[in-house]
Amino acid sequence: MKLLETDIAVIGGGPAGLAAALTAYNKGAKVTIIERDFELGGILQQCIHNGFGLTYFKEELTGPEYAEKFIAMVKQTNIEVLLDSMVIDLSSDKTITSMNPQKGLMKIKAKAVILAMGCRERTRGAINVPGTRPAGIYNAGTAQRLVNMEGYMPGKRIVILGSGDIGLIMARRMTLEGVKILCVAEILPYCSGLVRNFVQCLQDYDIPLYLSHTITEIRGTKRVEEVVISEVDERWMPIKGTEKIFKCDTVLFSVGLIPENEISLKAGVELDKTNGPMVNEYLETSVPGIFACGNVLQVHDLVDWVTMEAERAGENAYNYCTNQDRKGKLLKSIQTIPGENVGYIVPQRIQYLKDPKTVQFSFRPKIPDKECIIEFVSKGKIFDKRKAKHIIPSEMIIHKIAIKPEDMGENITINIRKNPKSIKEES
Amino acid sequence: MEVEFKESKTGDIPEIICIICPNSCKLHVYEDEKGEIQVEGHGCTRGIEYGKDEFSDPKRTLITTVKIENGQLPVLPVRSKVGIPKKEIFKAMEVANHVCVKAPVNVGDVVIPNLLGLGIEVIASRSMREKKS
Amino acid sequence: MFDIAIIGGGVTGCAIARWLSKYELKTILIEKHEDVASETSKANSAIIHAGYDAPEGTLRSKMNVKGNPMFDQAQKELCFEFKRVGSFVVGFNDDDMKVLHKEKAQADKFKIPAEVITDIKRIKTMEPNISDKVIGVFYAPTAGIVWPFGLTIALAENAHNNGVKFLFSSPVTDIQRNEHGFIIQAGKNQVETQVIINAAGVFADEIANMAGAAEFTIAPRKGEYILMDRNVVPINHILFPTPTPISKGILVCPTVEGHTFIGPNAQDIDNKEDLSTSSAGLNEIIVGGRKLLPSIPIRLAITNFAGIRAISNKNGEFVIGQSKVDGFINAAGICSPGLSSCLAVAEYITETVKQYTSLRLEEKANWNPIRLPQKRLSEMNEDELSNAIKKRPQWGRVICRCETVTEAEIVDAIHRPIGAHSMDMIKKRLRPGMGRCQGGFCTPKILKILSREMDLPVTKIMKNDTGSPMVIGRLKQLESLPWKGDRP
Repeated sequence: MKLLETDIAVIGGGPAGLAAALTAYNKGAKVTIIERDFELGGILQQCIHNGFGLTYFKEELTGPEYAEKFIAMVKQTNIEVLLDSMVIDLSSDKTITSMNPQKGLMKIKAKAVILAMGCRERTRGAINVPGTRPAGIYNAGTAQRLVNMEGYMPGKRIVILGSGDIGLIMARRMTLEGVKILCVAEILPYCSGLVRNFVQCLQDYDIPLYLSHTITEIRGTKRVEEVVISEVDERWMPIKGTEKIFKCDTVLFSVGLIPENEISLKAGVELDKTNGPMVNEYLETSVPGIFACGNVLQVHDLVDWVTMEAERAGENAYNYCTNQDRKGKLLKSIQTIPGENVGYIVPQRIQYLKDPKTVQFSFRPKIPDKECIIEFVSKGKIFDKRKAKHIIPSEMIIHKIAIKPEDMGENITINIRKNPKSIKEES
Repeated sequence: MEVEFKESKTGDIPEIICIICPNSCKLHVYEDEKGEIQVEGHGCTRGIEYGKDEFSDPKRTLITTVKIENGQLPVLPVRSKVGIPKKEIFKAMEVANHVCVKAPVNVGDVVIPNLLGLGIEVIASRSMREKKS
Repeated sequence: MFDIAIIGGGVTGCAIARWLSKYELKTILIEKHEDVASETSKANSAIIHAGYDAPEGTLRSKMNVKGNPMFDQAQKELCFEFKRVGSFVVGFNDDDMKVLHKEKAQADKFKIPAEVITDIKRIKTMEPNISDKVIGVFYAPTAGIVWPFGLTIALAENAHNNGVKFLFSSPVTDIQRNEHGFIIQAGKNQVETQVIINAAGVFADEIANMAGAAEFTIAPRKGEYILMDRNVVPINHILFPTPTPISKGILVCPTVEGHTFIGPNAQDIDNKEDLSTSSAGLNEIIVGGRKLLPSIPIRLAITNFAGIRAISNKNGEFVIGQSKVDGFINAAGICSPGLSSCLAVAEYITETVKQYTSLRLEEKANWNPIRLPQKRLSEMNEDELSNAIKKRPQWGRVICRCETVTEAEIVDAIHRPIGAHSMDMIKKRLRPGMGRCQGGFCTPKILKILSREMDLPVTKIMKNDTGSPMVIGRLKQLESLPWKGDRP
């Protein structure tokens, strides 16, 4: 069995892993990336559409182009890249066990670990869609891999559940390939993807979008034959009499992403209800020296922000290895609490606070709204606030605040409320 | 984005939704008696330009894959360098579907030099090495 | 020309095949689908019941009581996953307790170890998350859980190793008599045989009709299930509610590899092929499950499915034994406790063949009861794995992340005697597709492995039977590519 030693082991060679590895390396660490696919780039390699890099590179790139910029940088370094290597275990003492056909079983002892494994997709089974289980049921991401990297077309007449960006993008991709997308159904009363994608993926091709609708039955014995779509009420219960039947041979599910943290659990990392690890302001998990960034920590909508978050993780991991960071004592942990209309917050706690410092919060609203005010509250006082013209769950909000120890109590609550000024103006 | 309709069949809705900013203004764009293009419903001046472009000459980036011989994967992702006229997109797909490149390829390599005679290049979105034997 | 043709490759048919493979007989098993364990044996509660439940004197009772202890030796010989985790029948009120005591009395009659526990502390120690409303449980330590696909495949492989022929994808459409016995039209094949053993599950009455042996009918009763993720439901025993005359009720049950399921409900249906789940059915199961274990986190469900029980019109009894037609033996009406009874039923049918047919049952000199399963990563320690990868790199490539299954295991499953050529066959043998990602990650990889190993285009790989292709075609740009060119 091979035994390797490294300073920082990065699990996952997608956009998060690449950025974290480069940052740590450039600071002076010995870095190892462990990637399960045959090449680096992660999920970006199958995201052949554009829209990536507008913020980070000021260019509009496709997924593979964005990935390649980082892969090219990695090639210029001595970062050890282990491809075709699946991590099967991670211990709390930061020893990674991974497998590779040529190298065999490998143990990698690291001073710090950066989790960058990304997400898996929510499945038909997980949302309990009734009906049969024929061939032709796919997650949108799996279909995307089959089409964009393997060259296979899952079906010829397709119904898509979920109006998130992955579903919309696949609707366009497959339409251009000559396949009929019969409709997209979305259980929410609004389209959850970007407006741009609604226009350029659905409107452009006259693909109907049924809002407040869901699939209530899948039919077919060997292969999908038809689906039943029904309108739903505010409690997401199907409304009798609104059933529409679509004859199709494929159903694509684009119903959400779930951070993939099975390995993290093995190391004793505590997870939030989002299934991402609970982290402190350094993106460090509950296990000292294990950091997390990218989709494995929280599902992101823009890869540019994944990169920026990963760079922080890389720097913090380096500082951890060189014992540089923790300027401050461990205060009784300040918990962040998602308040009104806030779904979750990263970081879940602030652990080291002595002098005033800047902390970056990322969070999402639960429901869309306009003309809001975001309040940051501790010790009963609003210590910071910010206006937000438009908020929607599919767009992460990032906010950096300089916090002072004397202003902090045991908790920081973030609330999103309707801006009283705008209410006054309306009336 | 709140789309205030339950079913969208684009034929029924003569509006253009502006995609420049999250306001998603619904633009009403038409040609007046003088033959000039008028835009209504915009929230800012960027919307006027967007509306005019979308109405008279909408463009879209071509995003697809082409066949690659002897590559690590059977298909190579490509994109047009700039937008092509929206109405030509399926013709462009026809052209792309008949293209075949040989590995190795570098990101940015020109795969189709002059798409549909429009002077637009289609480039490789990634590098791809030869298949390992 | 065969001595015996077994119609039906479920757990009953395969167990019978394995028992008959002991003898110098030309035996064939005919199966409608592409694989064994494709219908009821694929979708059931996977429980080996202790045996106290069925009414005394019934075949179901006799076969269960006999069959349960047979599992220990069978496991040693055939190597399938089986664990005696024990079961609780849960009582919430005095009426329930009366039933539990009756079950104890029945267990005593059959000398099945069991006890009624009313010490709540002890119940909670054994099963910490059980409902607080429990007042007593009936505990049967010999109840067990099994991997039903693994059991059926192990029986089939051992039968195959010992000379039984298997004919798949061959639905029986006609049975004619001739002077030797019967001619069966099975798919495109004609099979001539002296004796037929009817183990056709939900369709056994139709098969019996074809042979002029219509003495019973089978009514389908659907049961829906929800499968939960691994390690999210802390449970130690099979949990039953107090039974009703119709069914054992909606259970919460651990599976041998760490998942938990809730179900089944019981719905009499018309269409024997209706495997659909419904939101009403799934809700019913959730309510039933929560009665026993209130903390079930439904949002961590990974899939739902339905199975169909074959309920005979003979009071739901097993219809096993010689029929009114010479040479036609039934092994039908197998509903709960069908899985628990399969080994005893196999023995019973073997005796029936001895008694009621002119076939001579001479034991084979070289009959091998041992069936070696394929090597699994989950059973290897690190040194073994290291060495395995050195010798064969395919052991080093993980294809299924959720269940940690390697390329070597998939290749081996494909090339075993009965083999595996569809996605569902791989799933049943090794579990890719059963985990939390439901095949999202592994499907493209498994398609390519199957294509390479079977020398078939990916477009010809089925989910299960012919007519269930996984993908419809290639991208237009690749249509001219000769299909062998696409393998990396």
